[in-house]
Amino acid sequence: MQQMTQLSSLAASKPLSVGSEIKVNNVSKSYGADNFAKEVVHNCSFTIDRGKLTVMIGPSGCGKSTLIRLVAGFERPTSGTITIDDKPVTGPGVDRLVVFQETALFPWMTTYDNIMYGPRARNEDTAEMRGFAETLLQKVGLSAFRKKYPSQLSGGMQRRAELARSMINKPNVMILDEPFRGLDAMTKKLMQEYYANLYNEFRRTTFFVTTDIDEAIYLADRILIMTNIPTRVRAVIDVNLPRPRQVENVVESDEANAIKMQALGLLHEEAMKSFARGSKAAADFIDAYSKRVGKQ
Amino acid sequence: MNAIKGFVLKTISFVTGEDFWRGIVAIIVFLLFWETGSRSQSWFGVAFPWVSQVPAPTAVLQEMYRLIQDPSFWHSAYLSTLRVTEGFLAAMVIGIPLGLAMAVSKTFYGISFPVFEVLRPIPPLAWVPAAIIFWPTQELSIAFVTFLGAFFTIVINVIGGAQAIDVRYFQAARSMGSSTWDIFRRIILPGTLPSIVVGATVGIGITWAVVVAAEMISGGGSAGSVGGAAGGGLGFFIWNSYVGGSYTQIVAGMISIGMAGYLSSAILRKIGEWMTPWLAEG
Repeated sequence: MQQMTQLSSLAASKPLSVGSEIKVNNVSKSYGADNFAKEVVHNCSFTIDRGKLTVMIGPSGCGKSTLIRLVAGFERPTSGTITIDDKPVTGPGVDRLVVFQETALFPWMTTYDNIMYGPRARNEDTAEMRGFAETLLQKVGLSAFRKKYPSQLSGGMQRRAELARSMINKPNVMILDEPFRGLDAMTKKLMQEYYANLYNEFRRTTFFVTTDIDEAIYLADRILIMTNIPTRVRAVIDVNLPRPRQVENVVESDEANAIKMQALGLLHEEAMKSFARGSKAAADFIDAYSKRVGKQ
Repeated sequence: MNAIKGFVLKTISFVTGEDFWRGIVAIIVFLLFWETGSRSQSWFGVAFPWVSQVPAPTAVLQEMYRLIQDPSFWHSAYLSTLRVTEGFLAAMVIGIPLGLAMAVSKTFYGISFPVFEVLRPIPPLAWVPAAIIFWPTQELSIAFVTFLGAFFTIVINVIGGAQAIDVRYFQAARSMGSSTWDIFRRIILPGTLPSIVVGATVGIGITWAVVVAAEMISGGGSAGSVGGAAGGGLGFFIWNSYVGGSYTQIVAGMISIGMAGYLSSAILRKIGEWMTPWLAEG
């Protein structure tokens, strides 16, 4: 913990803002043909600022993953445009790296070989890159596990190795689709700290999707709150908490709590709508929300 | 040093384990049952249809002791091993690239898989007469039938293994800038390796089954030879023992084939473990 605090204060002295700017303009996406088409994204517009960490949060099943696939270029929008640095997205590209929910580390490569995959694929197995790999290994706390295979790592270590494997490619945009889902509470908190440190250090444009409001506030420069399906942006909340942040400080700060109540209120409204349309997942959220609000 | 220590510790814990002693007791009981059955001809006045006909294990052991000093037995074992190795290596050399090509190219799969699937269910032994006609020497026909035994198993495993590689690995590799060749070399090949190992281990077992039967049917290779010495192989050795009425030699031959099959599978499994270290536990 001591070491991480040092790292983040070191990072604060050189805030580099790099990466691309993403603009999503009036994007709609439907699946299925003609009369049977189901609209998942409706007239959605937002901007992901250069070098900023934008977190998207919304009810489960609202179409967040669809937006991820659209920005990543795996799928094309039905209408509207997505541009990166004013160039339209026409397919997947090496400028965008996606970190998925489940680990996609190559099982037949050691941690180190996994991290060096990108540089080697581009014939960049240079001393500089190897040095960068060492730095990243150290930053995600995996130096001692460099020769282990993914199956020999814990769930949290695998996610960290995957973050390092993405970071080494210095992508203009990092896209993370609920990367810490399914980890236990303590591991998740640790992962968020590791990730925040990596972000503070490298400041790439980041598009981060989550369903966890605390995670969103801890990490985000800006939070996009999405509506129920078909999804669009319901509200944009800027989070101006100073970096580097500490999880404990963020949880206790008044500003964070105000943002949290505002976000939860909006999410509650969306959940009510989706509950009215028969979503079971929404019922759990509404239940949890009313208990929490009732207590305070 | 650590590896030796680990091996010793593992061996000790295995030898002191319940499973080990259960196995020892089971083998001893089986041998006792066999020995008494074959010596006493009848149990409580009832003749055992099978056990009483088979030579006793002690007699078989004596015969095996004699055989290991007999060069002609070793020559037979050598011939069978040679045929298995030839057929198996040919099956690997042809089967692995073919399986990979079928998994990678939809067009090639569409063309070759129907033919493959028509030929695959034909038992290798059904090929023996045709092989003897088609190939110039008996040696080649036996090796060909042996090849078929392993070939189909290896190809099916390679196709299945390559097709089962998670699509996310390809997406990840592509997004990090991999070329097609790079993906083949660093994703498809290592991703298929565990299935290749499985196919090879199963395949070599089939190869032993096939070579023995082929040797029996074809009369043991080089034409004109009488007996196992000239060119028989272990299959012909057993057949010859049967013709000559030496039952202890039959059983000894059977056991030596079992041991050879077990050994070759064990060797392949070791090579496989060495080539796929990521599958090891811990």
